[in-house]
Amino acid sequence: MAVLELRGITKHFGAIEALKGVDMRLESGEVLGLMGDNGAGKSTLVKIIAGNFPPSSGEILIDGVPQHFHKPLDARACGIEVVYQDLALCDNLSAGENVYLGRELRRRWGPISLVDFPRIFERAAELFKELKSETRPRDLVRQMSGGQRQAVAIARTRLSDPKFVLMDEPTAAISVRQVAEVLDLIRRLRDTGHAVMLISHRMPDVFAVSTRIMVLRRGTKVADKPIRDTSPEEVTGLITGAIASA
Amino acid sequence: MQSTRPIQTSVAIEDVTRLEERGPLARIVASQPFWVTVAVGLICVATAWYEPDTFPTRDNFFNITRNFAPIGIMAMGMIAVILTRGIDLSVGSMMALVGIATARLLEAGMPWWVGVSAGLGIGLLAGAVNGALVAYVNLPPFVVTLGTLSIYRSLAVVLSENRIIYDFGPGGDVFKEIGGGQVGFPWFDGGTFYLSHQFLVLVVLTCVFGFVFRWVPWGRYLYAIGGNEQAARLTGIPVDRIKLQAYMVCGLTTAIAALMLTGYNGSASNGMGRTWELYVIAAAVIGGTNLMGGEGGAYGGFIGAALIFLIRNSLIMFGVEANWYDLFVGLFIIFAVLLERIRGRTRG
Ligand SMILES: Nc1ncnc2c1ncn2[C@@H]1O[C@H](COP(=O)(O)OP(=O)(O)O)[C@@H](O)[C@H]1O
Ligand SMILES: [Mg+2]
Repeated sequence: MAVLELRGITKHFGAIEALKGVDMRLESGEVLGLMGDNGAGKSTLVKIIAGNFPPSSGEILIDGVPQHFHKPLDARACGIEVVYQDLALCDNLSAGENVYLGRELRRRWGPISLVDFPRIFERAAELFKELKSETRPRDLVRQMSGGQRQAVAIARTRLSDPKFVLMDEPTAAISVRQVAEVLDLIRRLRDTGHAVMLISHRMPDVFAVSTRIMVLRRGTKVADKPIRDTSPEEVTGLITGAIASA
Repeated sequence: MQSTRPIQTSVAIEDVTRLEERGPLARIVASQPFWVTVAVGLICVATAWYEPDTFPTRDNFFNITRNFAPIGIMAMGMIAVILTRGIDLSVGSMMALVGIATARLLEAGMPWWVGVSAGLGIGLLAGAVNGALVAYVNLPPFVVTLGTLSIYRSLAVVLSENRIIYDFGPGGDVFKEIGGGQVGFPWFDGGTFYLSHQFLVLVVLTCVFGFVFRWVPWGRYLYAIGGNEQAARLTGIPVDRIKLQAYMVCGLTTAIAALMLTGYNGSASNGMGRTWELYVIAAAVIGGTNLMGGEGGAYGGFIGAALIFLIRNSLIMFGVEANWYDLFVGLFIIFAVLLERIRGRTRG
């Protein structure tokens, strides 16, 4: 059974039709590379799956059960973790606090519960180490490089054991070595039976880890096929419209 | 939906080397409240040197701390609001509304605790109106609270029937003691050192708010919302509810200040707190609270309030006409924001 299934998802923003009836299935152990030109509707699709806003019409099924997400927490409760394209970080807080934002580790102090900073920093440091990032948990995100910010955003998905991880442009702002780490992480997720959706403009990254590729063009799905049945040339043609569909 | 942020394309070497964790001492010295504290110290020394007989006295200390206490108390709630990137311009009018409403109840013969509870309740309610309009109707805080500034003042005037209320009825004695009382502490020379209830409440509230801002999840969420509201929402923080609560807390601290000041004055007038929003916001900003949200702290509000009232006290001692006072407050606000700008630039 599909971990995630979308049926006829559409989304309007006023007159703009960002998604025009998208169907999609994703099984565990799959890495779906989602590609498409700017404005094709990739981020919109991610935000619908993540519960940021509802689709204008269409259905989302998790493990075969229809779900209506009213807020991001609903999606997270269904085992969906997201790395947003804009990373969704608070510049004025430390890296560690950002990782745990909204699900702080707490400790009781009499009748009140307090943020357990020592444990947050300790655990965040472990996560950063796992990602081979030199991000220090106590540093403010404001002072960080693109790669360090990215590590913070990705570390968040490691807090729970999600069924499904969505990554919107996770390698857009980082160095070559760190790209390799992110791709390794995606492979690890795949091998441990997670489902991953990777959005990227970088063809080599997508081909390095994906099992399947889906292409969106102006809100419509124009291709959805196993990676071995396609090529970077074909995908490029599909993105630009030189090839109508495949 | 998507905020744009300049994204660096790779990790430069100085990104890694520049970011040594700064020790606690270095952080304190780099903070605005530290420098305001230094300024307060210097002004005290200068004024004490100029006026050795009148300034460094227990009486004057009592007076200054009593004077800035209501502003400091209100600054606590105001800082909570400003941390979320909001503002509450209605606090001055809210004071008058709370003061008049409570005085009318006492005048009508209610016991002191009914008056006090009603006053606190009115503060919470007035704050809730601000907060609901900001958080759930999505109106800009500046506009909402500019509106309620006018509304709350008008309600206070109507409720007062244009009288100054002196008669606090049978509950008056306790009520006046709460706001006007003092506590004596034994002093080294065998004498007694008095501190006003108002100042002691400010000290307690500064500690409580400092603690909440630093350690309690609710306090941290204020910073998160001010830093990046969209991100806070995405991570599941109940942004709207917390904003509402911040405005309610601001209403509550305003009510505390209004009740104590009314008791201290022994009368309630509908002009109470007029233009005080200026002083409260000034105290917060001078103490390092960033009007753009996400930065600031409770001690900053305390020392900011101390600074603006110390300036008044010192100007009087130096023989400057009192009418010049607001000019200095204004200069300090601009100076504080300028300082923030400069520090922001060095931060990169
Ligand atoms: N919140 C929004 N309000 C209005 N239009 C939007 C919003 N989000 C996306 N769009 C529009 O929807 C289309 C798809 O955008 P997006 O999903 O961000 O594309 P992609 O991520 O593939 O570059 C674009 O035309 C964009 O302008
Ligand atoms: Mg996008």
